[in-house]
Amino acid sequence: MLEIVVKLALVAAAFAFLPLLVGQAEHKVMAHMQGRLGPMYAGAFHGWAQLVADGVKFAQKEDVVPRDADRWVFKLAPGVALVPYLLVLLVIPVGPDGQVALDLGPGVFFALAVMGVGVIGAIMAGWASANKYSLLGGMRVAAQLMSYELPMVFAASSVAMAAGTLSLTGIVDEWRWWWLPWQAVGGVVFFVAGLAELRRPPFDMPVADSEIIFGPYTEYGGLRFALFILSEYAGIVVLCALTTVLFLGGWKGPFLDTELGWLWTLLKVFALAFCVIWLRVSYPRMREDQLQKLAWAWLVPLSLAQLALTGVLKVAL
Amino acid sequence: MSGQEVVFALLGVVAVGSAILVVTTRRLVHAALWLVVSFGALAGGYLVLTAEFVAWVQVLIYVGAIVVLLLFGIMLTRAPIGESADLDSGNRWAAAAVAAATAAVLVTVVVMGFGDERMALEAGGGSAEALGASVFRTWVLPFEILSVLLLASLVGAIVLSRSDIRARPETRVRSEEREPERGDAGGEDGV
Repeated sequence: MLEIVVKLALVAAAFAFLPLLVGQAEHKVMAHMQGRLGPMYAGAFHGWAQLVADGVKFAQKEDVVPRDADRWVFKLAPGVALVPYLLVLLVIPVGPDGQVALDLGPGVFFALAVMGVGVIGAIMAGWASANKYSLLGGMRVAAQLMSYELPMVFAASSVAMAAGTLSLTGIVDEWRWWWLPWQAVGGVVFFVAGLAELRRPPFDMPVADSEIIFGPYTEYGGLRFALFILSEYAGIVVLCALTTVLFLGGWKGPFLDTELGWLWTLLKVFALAFCVIWLRVSYPRMREDQLQKLAWAWLVPLSLAQLALTGVLKVAL
Repeated sequence: MSGQEVVFALLGVVAVGSAILVVTTRRLVHAALWLVVSFGALAGGYLVLTAEFVAWVQVLIYVGAIVVLLLFGIMLTRAPIGESADLDSGNRWAAAAVAAATAAVLVTVVVMGFGDERMALEAGGGSAEALGASVFRTWVLPFEILSVLLLASLVGAIVLSRSDIRARPETRVRSEEREPERGDAGGEDGV
């Protein structure tokens, strides 16, 4: 009983802390890549408290609901966007021997299914805002999810096939170093499709701030807007953690797997999160037709090829 | 009643209640959102019956894909906020009769088939392993036939949505008039 309470507390702490860490890293990494310093004043040392200050600012703002909006759906949407990522965090193993809050049998399917639910929050926000730009953004969110969900599930299935189990802990247990080249294509497809599902650059057409003014989030302000932003960063953490567990061997490192497993997991997660930020700084936004073409003409065939390769090798070995 | 039965009954009430709201609400998008609740309660029901894998696939396919597709379709055509007066159909009594008859048939089949018989729930009975073994050993032929059916519908959807496939010259004029409608079908490829 005590063990479960401690684990749940740890997951809640990770959920509150890791997205902020990624957000702060984004501020600083982006700034340095663009030849500036980023936040420097809040908290005195290199602006470490910038996001705390942002949070205080958001909490003080007035809670505005547009007159023509659908009040209930409008207010509910941020919660629908955020809660699924908290649930996914429950099943992600950080270390060996039960260092996971909830070891589900079909863990892979749980994670993918629940992540897909989060997207409904953005669609609800887009519709309920009574704003044509929001509606456009919501439609783009829906179109993007429908195209990228398929390659993501295929890529994850390929690992599950290789490991012979759907449990996330079981997959890491089975993982060997030569899976890196074996599942490389699937890994890239999974990560790219996940980025698209999170609407991160270069896949940020649904929230394109310079043309549809942040899409579904246009009418949001204060705490509800903060919840959407938090869900974006929680999504980054969840995607990087899932990629780590499925394709990069989770807690397995060159040495001290059992003692330092959680450290290897965290290191890999942050390395991937750095790549997410890097992509935002270095790639231009893709057009809607390019987005769809990438999904259907590249990612789906590539993930199918990965499935075939996994199947052939699995039978041959 | 055991705890499981209570939870199962409550989930059933939620599923049926939200399903009724889907067809009675006068707000179009709310109908799709109530469908999410209904599917979620159904998935919960599967979970209580230890069918873990089916439950999460239900969430992945129905909540994550089908409802998103529905919402996309509604938003693409018209998605009014507030009540729409024209959402009622004159067929609603016929539809209610068909629904009641279908329910009656299903309930009769289950009652006649099982009656008062009780089956013990065992953990892992609906796990991916058990399900896979049963689908690919006992039921492999129906499974393969279903996949051919799905392939046929997939090909059909592609043929319907491609405007550059023209079969006979005499139908060309008509099909070119309908060009804008054909373009819209592109969104349905995502299923």
